[in-house]
Amino acid sequence: MLRTTFFTALASLLFVSCERRSDVEIANEENILIIGNSGEPKGLDPHLVSGVLESNIIRALFEGLCVEDPAKDSTSLPGAAKTWAPTEGSGFTEWIFNLNPDAKWSDGVPVTAHDFVFSYRRLLSPDPDWPAEYAEMLYFLKNGEAYHRSYFGSILCGNDPDFPLAWETLKEANFGGERTLKLENFKDKEFSKLEEIDLKKLKPYLDEGESVRLDKITSDKVALSELTKTEKIIFFNAKGIDKLSQEQLEALAEETDLLRWTENVPEDIRQEVLKRIIAHHEAKKPNLWDKAKVGVTAVDDFTLKINLRGPAPFLPEITKHYTWYPVPKHVVLRYGKMNTAFASQWTRPGNLVSNGPFKLKTWRTNHFIELEKNPEYWDAETVSLDGVRYLPIKNYYTETRMFGDDQLHLTYTVPSELIPMAKEKYPDQLRQEPYVGVRFIRVNTLNKPFDNPKVRRAFALAIDQQAICQKILQGGQTPASGIVPPFGEYKVPDVIHFDPAKAKALLAESGYESTSSFPEISLLTTNSDSGLREAEALQAMWQKHLGIKVRITQREWTTYLQKQYDADYDLCVAGWIGDYLDPTTFLEMWVADGGNNNTGWSSKKFENLLNKAENTADIPTRMGLLSDAERTILSDTPVLPIYWYTTNYLIRPEVKNWNPLLLNNHPFKFVKIEK
Amino acid sequence: MLKTILSRVIQTIVVVFLLVTFVFFAIRAIPGDSFASDKATSPEAKEALEKLYGRDKSLPVQYANYWKNILTEGNFGDSTAMKGRKVSTLIAESFPVSLKLGLLSLFLGMGIGIPLGIVAALFHNKWQDYTAMVVAMAGICVVAFVLGPIFQLSIARPLSWLNVAGWNRTSDILLPAITLCFGVAAYLARLTRGGMLDVLSQDYIRTARAKGVPTLQIITKHAMRPALIPAVTFLGPAFAAIITGSFVVENIFLVPGMGQHFVLGITSKDYNLVLGLVLFYGILMGLANLLSDLALIFMDPKLRTS
Repeated sequence: MLRTTFFTALASLLFVSCERRSDVEIANEENILIIGNSGEPKGLDPHLVSGVLESNIIRALFEGLCVEDPAKDSTSLPGAAKTWAPTEGSGFTEWIFNLNPDAKWSDGVPVTAHDFVFSYRRLLSPDPDWPAEYAEMLYFLKNGEAYHRSYFGSILCGNDPDFPLAWETLKEANFGGERTLKLENFKDKEFSKLEEIDLKKLKPYLDEGESVRLDKITSDKVALSELTKTEKIIFFNAKGIDKLSQEQLEALAEETDLLRWTENVPEDIRQEVLKRIIAHHEAKKPNLWDKAKVGVTAVDDFTLKINLRGPAPFLPEITKHYTWYPVPKHVVLRYGKMNTAFASQWTRPGNLVSNGPFKLKTWRTNHFIELEKNPEYWDAETVSLDGVRYLPIKNYYTETRMFGDDQLHLTYTVPSELIPMAKEKYPDQLRQEPYVGVRFIRVNTLNKPFDNPKVRRAFALAIDQQAICQKILQGGQTPASGIVPPFGEYKVPDVIHFDPAKAKALLAESGYESTSSFPEISLLTTNSDSGLREAEALQAMWQKHLGIKVRITQREWTTYLQKQYDADYDLCVAGWIGDYLDPTTFLEMWVADGGNNNTGWSSKKFENLLNKAENTADIPTRMGLLSDAERTILSDTPVLPIYWYTTNYLIRPEVKNWNPLLLNNHPFKFVKIEK
Repeated sequence: MLKTILSRVIQTIVVVFLLVTFVFFAIRAIPGDSFASDKATSPEAKEALEKLYGRDKSLPVQYANYWKNILTEGNFGDSTAMKGRKVSTLIAESFPVSLKLGLLSLFLGMGIGIPLGIVAALFHNKWQDYTAMVVAMAGICVVAFVLGPIFQLSIARPLSWLNVAGWNRTSDILLPAITLCFGVAAYLARLTRGGMLDVLSQDYIRTARAKGVPTLQIITKHAMRPALIPAVTFLGPAFAAIITGSFVVENIFLVPGMGQHFVLGITSKDYNLVLGLVLFYGILMGLANLLSDLALIFMDPKLRTS
């Protein structure tokens, strides 16, 4: 009986499901684009995500001040802003964006300059409960970093025109903590067992033969009264004024000499600085937005003024990044406070309101996300598609098979193993396009043998980049002579090339011979198949050209990341994709306290060049400075460049206006399905 | 009977409690960080996340809070990989999918495996037996990540009405169900064959044969019930396992089921998600075992008295 029912059910199921048209045919009739998107998004709040797959959806939902051109890189079309221009005489540091008065949120409410101010204030929120990962993108704004990181000195004294001492002089005092003296480096260590490197950092504060109790200084609850004078000096200087608690500031006020102020800051000024910060703590840390004077102002409902920390002729380019998109103030506040992070339900289907060409229709975890055309969009006439459906296909082999079975218009990628097959089977559908990203190896310069630049360079020159590109990847990638991929007016310094003879010579000069005296080193990579093949190729190259055997360590993703952040590796294969078309997106990460540096390398010269470039408006001069900065890092070689990325994907011929773009950020509003 | 059920329920509660406790601490011992992202997270952002998820508290407090939230609010916590989404919602969304797929493949597996086992036993040591056992062995050995792509390329591609992967058409369930059913069918065939051989050599069967009862009747009326006891014992846990999804099959066929939550939860160190799943799976497993015990009692009169 049971079986009869079952087979009847099965048979009827088969009849019902006899839809003979393919998914793509149905989608073409419905005018919906189906694309592979590699996984389930972590979220859709533009301020709380940092991944590529999330950005693919967010770019269709929201719209920034400017919009990508569908075919030309570094070209900005009007988006939420109708026109924009730098204020004359400001040297690209002040910009006015005139918003489009017809621009509306998908619920019909107009998009105003206040939404932008609200958004930037939200992303930069210094609230300790606000876990935005990508706030740095708004550090281009004047005082953006100071507000986000709560630089009290700069906000409470520097921004006050009536303050008796100019900020230019005052800022030389130790507000941020000494760069070389980080308390976390001394945690759980004993003074008598400190290594030479660490000891050197403490030396300037110690008398001959003096020792300090590291456990007391690094304790989570420091008891100032128990510390000796030297210990207090180390503690205060390591922390810096901005990071001290009210009680610690009060203690410092009693003896200001415990901190480095420079002699240009007299005692009464020191007291005034401390008084202001203490008063702020006493008042239960009221929000400093007004005092911080962050460079974003709503002049009126439809005029947005942006003040930058330095000249940025490429600002329109940056506003296309989703961190610069507006979020709907009225909706965010309906579901929580300004910076209620994940508990807010404003991005859920039914709640989410967006200002871009599409709006959210359906969101099913691990199943699909579907967007539909936003009828309130100001330029709805231009939007050709009636919807976009994103499939979270993690298995790229399945994705390629689905493409072959007419289930999608566009794949996220083509795995390198399948590229030869794709070239043969889908010669017209396979696209291989340059992509601003670089594959490189991070080198841990803190440990032997890679504290020696010659060893690092020897390893860099022994990588046969061409072989990796052509024999392993086969996706049109090109050997990287530097860390910034070639684009626009930037001149790549062209430093690193495969040169086994020179590599060998450098290794010999370094004092290490390619013998057993060489310390054992390992190469960290992810647990993917492609990661392993690449690592094995590198291993073979170093063995062949330098005679050094490197061990491969594979770790799954989160452990791999954690090991990098902890600098617990010798060599580590990694990638970096540009956020916007400017070399700084690849260079800024290598500054001393950059969260993504992780190599232990830093250079004053490099940072000075970056700083200079930041304050240069003339484009050729600026590019020259950045090129010099890159040359500085490459000649020191804390990173070994391997190749510059390409994107490889399959696309159906009826999809139009999906053109090669260096950032691979295709504006969905212009995409068409040709019938 | 009632006593059996009651003691089983209590056992299940104890086991689930121990299981969750063990996993709670074990998963925290795995290297890696729930909040690691491909872009460096600032110490401030990380601190904020830890606070948001109650990780700033000591382990015993976290453990106590975990149970407190479940027992007082029915709150299993939020996923850390998919922030802002509740573990209970994720399970509620994905379980029906896995249940549907699991039930179909379980029925398919039973439909193939049990007859195959009976045929093998009836033709003991003949070619029918060998063929059936080779098929069963292949079903155990050839894993889903081999079968899946083969089915996709050789069945779905040529058939216009059948998709390679996805979960939108009613026919989308077929290939994953067939892929999943092979393992079940193979085990069932082997267990049924063993049980059947055992029963067929019993005295009462010989008596029946001697009395001239037709073979078909001997099997359906006398041999079947006791012969299926090993298979039913296996079906309990197999049922719980199969309706909670399979990572490999879901990954290959793009099925939005529960299986991928298990694996991705572990790789992304999504503690709450993994714990929620373990708890759910533990309860299901206890329930399935209880059901299979009850079925055994029904099938084997000897158990009824004990």
